[in-house]
Amino acid sequence: MPRREILQGNWIVAEAAIAAGCRFYAGYPITPSSELAARIAEKLPHMGGVFIQMEDEIASMGAIIGASCCGVKSMTATSGPGFSLKQENIGFAAMAEIPCVIVNVMRTGPSTGLPTRPSQGDVMQAKWGTHGDHPIIVLAPSFPREVYLSTIRAFNLSEKFRNPVIILLDEVLGHSFEVVDIPDSDEYEIMDRERPPRGSNEFNYYDREPGKPPVVPDFFTGYSVHIESLEHDDRGMPTNAAENVKKQQFLRLAKIEKNLDEILEWKEHYLDDAEIMIFAFGTSARASLEAIKELREEGIKIGLFQPITIWPFPERPLAKKLEKIKKVLVVEMNMGQIIYEVERTASDDVRIDGLFKVDGTSITPIEIINKVKELYL
Amino acid sequence: MNLSYEKLIRYEMYPVYWCPGCGIGVVFKSILISFDKLGWDPNEIAFISGIGCTSRMPGYLKANTIHTTHGRALTFATGIKLVKPDKKVVVVSGDGDALAIGGNHFLHACRRNIDIKLIIVNNGVYGMTGGQVSPTTPEGFFTETTPYGNIDPEFDTVKIAEAAGATYVARESVTRPFLLSKIIEKSLSHKGFAVVEVISNCHINLGRKNKMRNQLKMLKWIDERIVPLSKASSMTPEELKGKLVTGEFVNKQKPEYVEQYYTQIIGKVKELQAEFDL
Repeated sequence: MPRREILQGNWIVAEAAIAAGCRFYAGYPITPSSELAARIAEKLPHMGGVFIQMEDEIASMGAIIGASCCGVKSMTATSGPGFSLKQENIGFAAMAEIPCVIVNVMRTGPSTGLPTRPSQGDVMQAKWGTHGDHPIIVLAPSFPREVYLSTIRAFNLSEKFRNPVIILLDEVLGHSFEVVDIPDSDEYEIMDRERPPRGSNEFNYYDREPGKPPVVPDFFTGYSVHIESLEHDDRGMPTNAAENVKKQQFLRLAKIEKNLDEILEWKEHYLDDAEIMIFAFGTSARASLEAIKELREEGIKIGLFQPITIWPFPERPLAKKLEKIKKVLVVEMNMGQIIYEVERTASDDVRIDGLFKVDGTSITPIEIINKVKELYL
Repeated sequence: MNLSYEKLIRYEMYPVYWCPGCGIGVVFKSILISFDKLGWDPNEIAFISGIGCTSRMPGYLKANTIHTTHGRALTFATGIKLVKPDKKVVVVSGDGDALAIGGNHFLHACRRNIDIKLIIVNNGVYGMTGGQVSPTTPEGFFTETTPYGNIDPEFDTVKIAEAAGATYVARESVTRPFLLSKIIEKSLSHKGFAVVEVISNCHINLGRKNKMRNQLKMLKWIDERIVPLSKASSMTPEELKGKLVTGEFVNKQKPEYVEQYYTQIIGKVKELQAEFDL
C-alpha cells in the first residue's frame, strides 16, 4: 500500500536511499543537508547498515568509495562547500568506475555563501567539478515524490553503469515539509551491479564492449582486484600507454553516451500546443508551473520543459520540442548556467531568454509571469 | 627460488617502480613475510595506499588492493573496515601522505581506534614529486623547496599517534630488517589502530642534496640517527636532540571502533526491535 506522509525533502532522500538498498552512509554535517544525515543515522542500524560521521567531507567521500568496493551501496550528502571538497574523490569514483551516490542540497555561494538560502548554482560544478574528462550522471527532481523516485533511480543508475551519480536539490526542496505519496515497492525497480561468477579465474575486468560498464569484482570474493587512481589498463593496473589511455577514456564516456535512452528523464507540462517554453528544474520548475497555470488562464500558450536528468543534458528531446517552439525562457537560481546548454541545443532561429536570481530568495511565480509578459507580449 | 610468500606477489607487475637501493623494498618484503608468517589468506586482506612512492606498494601485492587519492588511504580503509568488519585492512603511506595532506585522517583514525594497520614509510621527503620538504624533513636539510635549508620543525609521528589514541605505536628503521619484520608482524596481530613508522632512505631525492648521494651513506646516517628505546631512557634531552628513538612505544587494549558499532549500536537497535516487536 502506498503511504502518505508529511516529510522534509532531506528525509525523503534518506527514506528512499534505504529503500534502494543503501547500507553505508558516511558524511559530514553541513546546512542545508544535515537533516538527511540525522534521519539516515537513525534508520540505517535498523537495517544492519552503517552510518559514520567522518572528520570531513573528503573523508566521507573516500569512505563511501571504500565501502562500495566491497559491494555495498553507499551514499553521502553535502552542500556547496562540502561538494567542492568531495570533487577529487568523485573523480576517483568516475575513473575507477565505483558506484556511489552524492547528494548536494545547494545553497547560495560561492564560498560559505548563504547556508540557509536556496540556489541552483552548482549545475556546472556537478558536471565539471573534478578535473579531467569524466562521465557523470546528475539528477535534479522538483517534487516530493520525484525526489523519492529519483533517489532510487540514482542508486540504480550508479549500480548499473558503475558511475558516481549526483542528486541536486536546493535548500527549499531540502528543508520544506510536504505531503508525499511514498511509492510502493512494486512501483519501481531495484538494480544491483553485475557481478562476475563467484570464484572464476582472474580476468581483465576493465575490458568490455563500448556502452557496457566494467564488471569489477567486489573485494573479498576470491579475486585479486586492484583499484587504481592512475589511468589503468584492462587489468586495472597503472599505465601510460597512449592506446590504453585512449581506450579507457573512450569506454568510460561511451557507457553513458550509448545509454541515453535509459539515463535521460524529463517531463513536459502543457507543451503540446505551446508557443512559449519555460525550461526549468528543481524549485524553479515548480514556480514556473504555477506561473504557467495562471498565464494559461489568460489565454497564453505556454508550457514547461522540466529535465530531471540534467547531466547528460537532454539534448535530443529538447531539440525535438524546439522544432516547433521558438521562444524559450530559462528560469534558474544562478547567474545563468544551464541556459548555455539550451543555447547549444537550439538552432539559430530560437529566441532564448533567461530569468536568473541569486539574492538568496527563490524565484516566485509572479516574477516569472512578469518576465514572460515583458519579453513576449 | 621458491619463497613461501611468492603467492602474495603480482609478478606480472615487476620490475618494481622504486629506485635501486630504496628502503621501500625492505618494508614491502617485511610486510610480505609477516602476512605469510601469520598465514593470512590474501582474499581476506585489503591493502590500501594514497599517493607517493610508498603508495605504489599495493600494485605488487596479490590481494584486494586500492591505490587511492593523495592522503586519503585511511578514509577508504575506514569504509572497507566498517562494512567488512571481519577482514584485515592494512594501509601503507609515506610521510607526506600520512602526516601532511592526510594528517587529519591520521589523527581521527587514531582517535577512533579502528582496527586498521598503518605502516608509514618515513624517508623525510616527497620523493615522487622530485624531493620537496615534508613534515618529517630534518631541520636544516636542503630540498627542492627549501633551497636555503629547512626551518620547519620535524613532526614526531610516535608522539602524535600516542596522543591521538592509537593503541599500538612503534618505530623501526630499514637498517634493521629483522627487527622491522618482527615489529610489523606484531602490529598486524594487534587489535585496534596500529601505527608503525619505518625510517627509510631516499638517497636520490633527499640524499643527493645533503651529501648522501648513495644508499649506503644514507643508511649509515639513519643508523647513527636511531636510538633504541632501552638506550634512550638513560640519555639526556641534549643527547637525544636530532635522534629518532626506535622500539615499541604503545601496546594496549581499548574498545575497538567497528566492534563497538556492531555490538553497541546495531546490538541496541536489535534489542529494541525485539522488545517492541518491530
